[in-house]
Amino acid sequence: MLNIKNLHASIDGKEILKGINLEIKVGEVHAIMGPNGSGKSTLAAVLAGRSEYEVTEGEVTYNGIDLLELTPENRAREGVFLAFQYPIEIPGVSNINFLKTAINEIRAYKGLEPIEAKDFLMMLKEKQKLVELDGKLANRSVNEGFSGGEKKRNEIFQMAMLDPKLAILDETDSGLDIDALRIVANGVNKLKSKDNATIIITHYQRLLDYIIPDFVHVLYNGKIVKSGSKELALELEEKGYDFIKEEVEA
Amino acid sequence: METAIKTSTIKDKLISEFEASKKILFGKPQLRDQAMESFCNQGIPTRKHEEYKYTHVDLMLTEEFYFSANKNCTDGQIEDLKFLKGAYVAIIVNGVFIEGSSNLQNLPKGLTICGLADAAKGNLTVFEKYYAKNADVNADAFIALNTAMAKDGVFIHIAKNMIIERPIHIIHISTAFENTIINPRNLIVVDENAQAKIIESFETLDSTAKIFSNALTEIVINESAIVDHYKIQDENDLGYLVNTTQVIQKKQSVFSIHTFTLSGSLVRNNLTLALDDEHIESHLNGLYLTAGNQVVDNHTVVDHRKPNCNSNELYKGMIEGKSTATFNGKIFVRKDAQKTNAFQSNKNILLSETGTINTKPQLEIYADDVKCSHGTSTGKLDEDKIFYLRARGLSTESAKKLLMHAFASEVVDTIKIEPLREYIEGKIFKTFECLNS
Repeated sequence: MLNIKNLHASIDGKEILKGINLEIKVGEVHAIMGPNGSGKSTLAAVLAGRSEYEVTEGEVTYNGIDLLELTPENRAREGVFLAFQYPIEIPGVSNINFLKTAINEIRAYKGLEPIEAKDFLMMLKEKQKLVELDGKLANRSVNEGFSGGEKKRNEIFQMAMLDPKLAILDETDSGLDIDALRIVANGVNKLKSKDNATIIITHYQRLLDYIIPDFVHVLYNGKIVKSGSKELALELEEKGYDFIKEEVEA
Repeated sequence: METAIKTSTIKDKLISEFEASKKILFGKPQLRDQAMESFCNQGIPTRKHEEYKYTHVDLMLTEEFYFSANKNCTDGQIEDLKFLKGAYVAIIVNGVFIEGSSNLQNLPKGLTICGLADAAKGNLTVFEKYYAKNADVNADAFIALNTAMAKDGVFIHIAKNMIIERPIHIIHISTAFENTIINPRNLIVVDENAQAKIIESFETLDSTAKIFSNALTEIVINESAIVDHYKIQDENDLGYLVNTTQVIQKKQSVFSIHTFTLSGSLVRNNLTLALDDEHIESHLNGLYLTAGNQVVDNHTVVDHRKPNCNSNELYKGMIEGKSTATFNGKIFVRKDAQKTNAFQSNKNILLSETGTINTKPQLEIYADDVKCSHGTSTGKLDEDKIFYLRARGLSTESAKKLLMHAFASEVVDTIKIEPLREYIEGKIFKTFECLNS
């Protein structure tokens, strides 16, 4: 589904990603871990199409197409979803209006008619339940005045509504208490299927107790320096990132 | 120097026109003479004048102008401008009230809507009591000019305890084949404990020449009255509008004014609210969308004269092309006006590299136990928000449109008349379509 080959990316002339290689097949869950500043969020931003980052080398193929050639909206329309580490507040734009516009633009891209109001409302109700999001929040402006946990839940709610093929969760666990973490993880697990794939970017192992990854990769200094099964996450938790640094620098 | 000569030429023309026509104009000749004298002393404001620094009103008056257009529009054209179904409609064409085109049948007892000149000729006591009492001719040259030269306009009186449910819609229509100066004048008096919703719209019809409209509305809101006032300024690109609104509020009254400036070559709003007693509430909302070479200038004054009053002001603007928008909001809190709450906010979005915004809050506070605040911001559409929306599948264009709507909605949502809100939303939507294409 996703094939990243020798990906280099920089911002303001500073190289952050220094040759990433990663292959993700449909139905898989990959966790990308690493210390602060290793390039985790940059990878997410590059995949979503943030224009501040310049890809200087390498390629990303997504379902046979060159992902890097697509605009951010066309990536979303092709089924790539980024759950933001810091979701943006948009006062004056209601969650519902925003989601309806998004869904209809995605449908138009696929040559489909706009969604029926009735179907939209049904979907809204069903997906709200999935992340235990209060109906009142759905009616409010996008993320405005939401707590940290509500913002993260709202990201997963949007993900549920848009039904992506490839979901990238960028530090979705940061700032979540254990109850909110369970709710978010539960939502993600319910959305998982054999037809989609998930990338979980995280600093801590805890989220991976709830969403079990098929593979764990360690990103350090812009490169994947170690890959393994879910046990690798436990090892990292136990030994800390220093042992990776020592291994790499040795 | 050339400009100065031309300006004095137009001044001379105004004086000779005044002399020729003053005998046939309504009202007391003495008042008009005083006003003209004051106008001559003040002259047409140039950009050297502090209050007109950003708005070159004088430049548009350098050409040849006439004082009556000799042009009418058809009833069919006028009907199209009556966008509020079920409203009492007063039609003013080039500053003259046209009863035949208005919809003022079966007015309830206690509601008077008629031509201003007719009100003057009828020696109505309310007219005598309030006309030209609050608009001070020495305060501004355009007040002086209008007071000297106004031919007509609308007079509205709402008697004590009357609640007028149907909106009252005053439609100012400009139409001319040759450059024309007009001076429409309205007087609105709302008596004790009465309530009304009044809309003034400014439109151009079938016009091929410049029209300079120096429009003035005086509004008197007596004790415990509640008035909701709307202005929709939507003239064409040959329209030049100086719109003075002079409001005086009495005890416990509530006044809300919403000014929407959607088009027109130049629009200058001079809005003054005098809070002349205690426990008064005032709301000032404004939205301006400017493009091309438009100049829009909102000058507001909120004068807190007595204790325990609240005023709340919110003006927002979006500036495209090479247009210029100015906001100058003055708040006076007089020595007596303890326990005043006065808030002001001006927010702008620059949509182009070539647009200009001038914003100037001006608070003068002479009382010591008050709560006042002001804030102003100017920025571009937020790139992070645009990216967030695009990451969910919205095109850049619809992301921008959604954000512009969100920005405008804070002001649009203050409209309490549902069909009017829909009308304005439709207008704004069209404007955004143009901006995006």
